[in-house]
Amino acid sequence: MLLIHCPYCDESLPEMEFAYAGEAHIARPVDPNAVSDDEWRDHLFVRSNVRGPHYERWRHVHGCARFFNAVRDTVSDRVLGTYAAGAPRPSLADLGVEE
Amino acid sequence: MTRFSAFALVKNALNGQTGWSEQWPDAQPKAEYDVVIVGAGGHGLGAAHYLAKEHGITNVAVIEKGWLGGGNTGRNTTIIRSNYLYDESARLYDHALDLWEGLSQELNYNVMFSRRGVLMLAHNVHDVQSFQRHVHANRLNGVDNTWLTPEQAKEYCPPLNISKDARYPVLGAALQKRAGTARHDAVAWGYARSAAARGVDIVQNCPVTAIRRGPSGAVEGVETARGFIRARKVAVSAAGHTSVIMDSAGVRMPLESFPLQALVSEPVKPCFPCVVMSNAVHAYMSQSDKGELVIGSGTDQYTSYSQRGGLPLIEHTLAAICEIFPIFTRMRMLRKWGGTVDVTPDRSAILGKTPVEGLYVNCGWGTGGFKATPGAAHTLAWTVAKDEPHRINAPFTLDRFRTGRLIDEAAAAAVAH
Ligand SMILES: Cc1cc2nc3c(=O)[nH]c(=O)nc-3n(C[C@H](O)[C@H](O)[C@H](O)COP(=O)(O)OP(=O)(O)OC[C@H]3O[C@@H](n4cnc5c(N)ncnc54)[C@H](O)[C@@H]3O)c2cc1C
Ligand SMILES: [Zn+2]
Repeated sequence: MLLIHCPYCDESLPEMEFAYAGEAHIARPVDPNAVSDDEWRDHLFVRSNVRGPHYERWRHVHGCARFFNAVRDTVSDRVLGTYAAGAPRPSLADLGVEE
Repeated sequence: MTRFSAFALVKNALNGQTGWSEQWPDAQPKAEYDVVIVGAGGHGLGAAHYLAKEHGITNVAVIEKGWLGGGNTGRNTTIIRSNYLYDESARLYDHALDLWEGLSQELNYNVMFSRRGVLMLAHNVHDVQSFQRHVHANRLNGVDNTWLTPEQAKEYCPPLNISKDARYPVLGAALQKRAGTARHDAVAWGYARSAAARGVDIVQNCPVTAIRRGPSGAVEGVETARGFIRARKVAVSAAGHTSVIMDSAGVRMPLESFPLQALVSEPVKPCFPCVVMSNAVHAYMSQSDKGELVIGSGTDQYTSYSQRGGLPLIEHTLAAICEIFPIFTRMRMLRKWGGTVDVTPDRSAILGKTPVEGLYVNCGWGTGGFKATPGAAHTLAWTVAKDEPHRINAPFTLDRFRTGRLIDEAAAAAVAH
């Protein structure tokens, strides 16, 4: 079971308090009419599905109920760091992870 | 390779079992092949078998990073059925079911295909409506599926709890009698043995690290832990690892890889006659020939390549099993494990050509591709041999996520298969 740190509650809590919400930093095109079919496919369906550090969204459903982002190693399942939604995408070095 | 027969059994019983030869040689990779298949699961090995047998293409290697059948094929709960909603799916899965029926004879290898019936329980009004819609759609497609009352369901599967005050009341069930189970390892072994006997190299413990493309963009071969292997055509059939491999060829995939878990109980005498699935509570069960109850759950919520999942899911699954089958509340569980399943947005597979010349892909089978093994392997071999899809896999393109022609079994079933 994952241990996840909610950046708002500032507590590390079991996975069962959280809901996974997919890959992070995917911005919806501002004007969907203006994008090509390829771009629309990439936005809706294509995912990086990283084997390694994965930037993803979680929601603290059974706590503060807010969305935040996490970086998790998808091989070890260890959460490498979490940060508030809307914050810029941190590098692994920013999170203090050795590459 | 010795042919298995009653005569061979008797002969070897008399000569101290000394007359058996090895089932397939542990091949070393050659420098060049006509076709390289990445991934020795049931699908990849099966494709090699059909390439050799039906298309006469035998200069083929199946390259596997671990041991053959050690991926999802060897980890799955072996449910085989074909009662999917849409025409495209019904054709593909029913094609597989047709092949399952003759597979042991075709391979001269007992895959222990057992048509014990698959019962899908309806627990609420939505389930009832959706399953009855499936029954009708299936009948129009010539796929057998019947609707049972709770009493009929109990008659078919006596351990079922159909009492009105149950936590998950049974309002009815859909039964596909032609559906059932098969022995997962035997499927991989049988295909491997047959492909190898026709000249296919099965190379194990050899991860493919990248796909190499030439100046024209076409495929040139695969980089592996044992060096470069040239190939005119490459078929990727690597389940949960497909995104990573396709990425190396510059093709980004509409896939996410999730853990999917299963577990088995201690073996007991035969007490559970069929397969029961409960989609609403994400639990399903059958009894293996060894006597273990084989229990499966839904996927974990997050993506992962760890081949492990979390315990909360197992707890949820077992709680549901105990409610639906109270006779098993004191059964002890022996082992649990996980696989990495590749899930598409519409929960249908991707099987066909890619934007890269000479590169083919078979993936996205997610939680339910064991049942498709012979059908997927057969149509993949066709697609690779002829450089065009068979009419059965033609709708399962990668391009459908651009055109919008999805095969939306996700909305139809909303669950694991
Ligand atoms: C717990 C569980 C229960 C399931 N239950 C059912 C069920 O009841 N019914 C059903 O129909 N389906 C079920 N499934 C799904 C089913 O197992 C799969 O869809 C099916 O087995 C896929 O077969 P495959 O040959 O494509 O994949 P796999 O058997 O996973 O084969 C892919 C192979 O590719 C190899 N590979 C990966 N990367 C590389 C690389 N870089 N280089 C070389 N080789 C590589 C892997 O090691 C693996 O052996 C279940 C899956 C799981 C995990
Ligand atoms: Zn919180």
